[in-house]
Amino acid sequence: MSWLDRLRGQPSPRETAKQRLQVILVHDRSDLSPGLLEVIKDEIIAVLSRHVPIIAEEVRVTVTQDARECRLVADIPLGNRHGRS
Amino acid sequence: MGAQVITVTSGKGGVGKTTVTANVGMALAMAGKKVVCIDADIGLRNLDVVLGLENRIVYDIVHVVEGRCRTRQALIRDKRVPDLYLMPAAQSRDKSAVKPEDMVRICEELRPEFDYILIDSAAGIEEGFRTALAPADLILLVTNPEVAAVRDADRVVGLVEAMGKPTPKLIVNRLKPDMVRRGDMLDTSDVLEILAIELLGVIPEDEQVIVATNRGTPVVLEERSPAGQAFRAIARRLMGETVPLFLSEDGQGVLGWLRRLVRSGGGR
Ligand SMILES: Nc1ncnc2c1ncn2[C@@H]1O[C@H](COP(=O)(O)OP(=O)(O)OP(=O)(O)O)[C@@H](O)[C@H]1O
Ligand SMILES: [Mg+2]
Repeated sequence: MSWLDRLRGQPSPRETAKQRLQVILVHDRSDLSPGLLEVIKDEIIAVLSRHVPIIAEEVRVTVTQDARECRLVADIPLGNRHGRS
Repeated sequence: MGAQVITVTSGKGGVGKTTVTANVGMALAMAGKKVVCIDADIGLRNLDVVLGLENRIVYDIVHVVEGRCRTRQALIRDKRVPDLYLMPAAQSRDKSAVKPEDMVRICEELRPEFDYILIDSAAGIEEGFRTALAPADLILLVTNPEVAAVRDADRVVGLVEAMGKPTPKLIVNRLKPDMVRRGDMLDTSDVLEILAIELLGVIPEDEQVIVATNRGTPVVLEERSPAGQAFRAIARRLMGETVPLFLSEDGQGVLGWLRRLVRSGGGR
């Protein structure tokens, strides 16, 4: 990569490759495609909203991993009964 | 007990399995070990050509499996080193001609007579994959520092573990230190971090590999070739020695600059 690109703060091809690999492998290893995660997210939102107020648009469902272990992580911000939601 | 059976595999094809098998096999033999290399790439045999033994083939592994010759008769002795043998693959058959149990039986028969049995596998994760892995005590996973190759290597790690085999050891082939330094290529450390398996060696991209392959004289026979040195280092690690890793860091910093200066005889 050129000196100028680096100065502009562009990620290097090496960094891009590494980041892409990390994302690809998280999905490969867990056998969960990005599309399937969206479906899971929508269903979680549907089920939970019946019981608690949640901020649907801020719900995040991701697969994370350390070493070779994967886990599904759902981050679900609860809505405030009085204000937001 | 006898020989250790080492299977050389990969996810993606064309990353250097045959090159690694031929060169590591020859390096082990150069170090005085008794070695047999088995070509398990039935239908697409190449190991004979890379080793330069293609003109001496009479029988192959399928003849052995079908009982048309004795195991010993299918072994071709390499005359350049004391104890290196090749068991060629059949060229006119397909992967299903050799079953996992056949490969196990052949290795059991050869084990008492050798120190190392190296198996060069076919690309892919179908039938031939299980056959090549069945007798393995140690699995070498070859990859290139590229997204597609590393991705497929990761799949192989998972498959190998699911088969109850020991976790493979990694060989990164065709690394270009200059590109890594410029930030244009994945470094060994990136690949290691992502695959999270043990590293056995790094082989630089080296034009002499192609010349050697075309000539049928494995590059380890070239004293000064960088790839040849990397293959010899891998062989020594397999024999239990501690040998520092060739990493791209070789080219970095003042030390790397000095080294390059010395190598190029003062010029830049
Ligand atoms: N370190 C290297 N430097 C330069 N060229 C290399 C290097 N390693 C391998 N090659 C070249 O890459 C090509 C593929 O190598 P090789 O045949 O060993 O791969 P393979 O994994 O056995 O392929 P296949 O999956 O088809 O069996 C060959 O032309 C070889 O000469
Ligand atoms: Mg090959």
